[in-house]
Amino acid sequence: MSLFRNIVFTAVIAGLLSGLLLTVMQSFSTVPLILQAEVFENAAPETGHSHDAAPAAAGAAAPAAEHQHGEEAWAPADGFERFIYTAAADMLSAIGFALVLVAASEAFGGFKGWRGGLMFGIAGFLAVILAPGLGLPPELPGMPAAELGPRQIWWVSTAVCTAIGLGLIAYTRSAVFAALAIVLLIAPHLVGAPLPPSHETAVPMDLHARFVNAVYATNLVFWAVLGALTGVVRERFRAGEEASAGSPAKLASR
Amino acid sequence: MVTNSAATAVGISASKIIPLSMTALLGLFIVGFVGFSHLEVVHNAAHDTRHSLAFPCH
Repeated sequence: MSLFRNIVFTAVIAGLLSGLLLTVMQSFSTVPLILQAEVFENAAPETGHSHDAAPAAAGAAAPAAEHQHGEEAWAPADGFERFIYTAAADMLSAIGFALVLVAASEAFGGFKGWRGGLMFGIAGFLAVILAPGLGLPPELPGMPAAELGPRQIWWVSTAVCTAIGLGLIAYTRSAVFAALAIVLLIAPHLVGAPLPPSHETAVPMDLHARFVNAVYATNLVFWAVLGALTGVVRERFRAGEEASAGSPAKLASR
Repeated sequence: MVTNSAATAVGISASKIIPLSMTALLGLFIVGFVGFSHLEVVHNAAHDTRHSLAFPCH
């Protein structure tokens, strides 16, 4: 079980650090745009364009909106509390991504240092952010979207297909597998993501454009750092594994 | 190098399969909980993260 423990430690260390970096980047880039969009989201329903109305009043009039945040459900208070929950969710996601990244890399012989980790990180960005984003662009609060369930299914399928496709390209050498990889990479986009019936929204176009750019930029940096860090930390633990546990057998076999 | 890693991929030792699949499942569970759970409370807590990671939201 030392392999499991070491992978978990690796993922926790790399995930905490890169998740923290992601939170800092987001608090300067994406989160201010989300907060701006929420002003439009709360002002939009029925009350018309009374942006200047007290936000609390707009919020009370909101339940008629399609938006599913029930009034009774708990939510972190704006400001510091919300930031803390975002930071925690970022770090948890980063740890989860790192666990999958290390498990995948170990199945193919390990990262072999930060460079291999960086490659896996970039592949993670392609599979988890870019490929699903081609069909379902990053969306701001208050933007119209299709039913949540089908979108989640399409998102997960696209991420899995892209990851398998990239793996086939990287780790096989036959033309058949290369062709299969291309099919896997393209198929989700031929099927197409579930789209809303109407794209009309109160959220301004330029706000959304800036948000999409910010999401891609922050996530590219995040995945690169997550991958490279995972590679470095994993290598440290592996050195420990070989030095302590397996040393007599390993040394004898050399 | 390439053939070497391909060989290890095929010959991945049985003792590694269980811990590796356990770590992968744990990771997927964490990401699934933070990013995809339909629980209202989890959605609200992770709201900005979900939007910023381009997860389907709302």
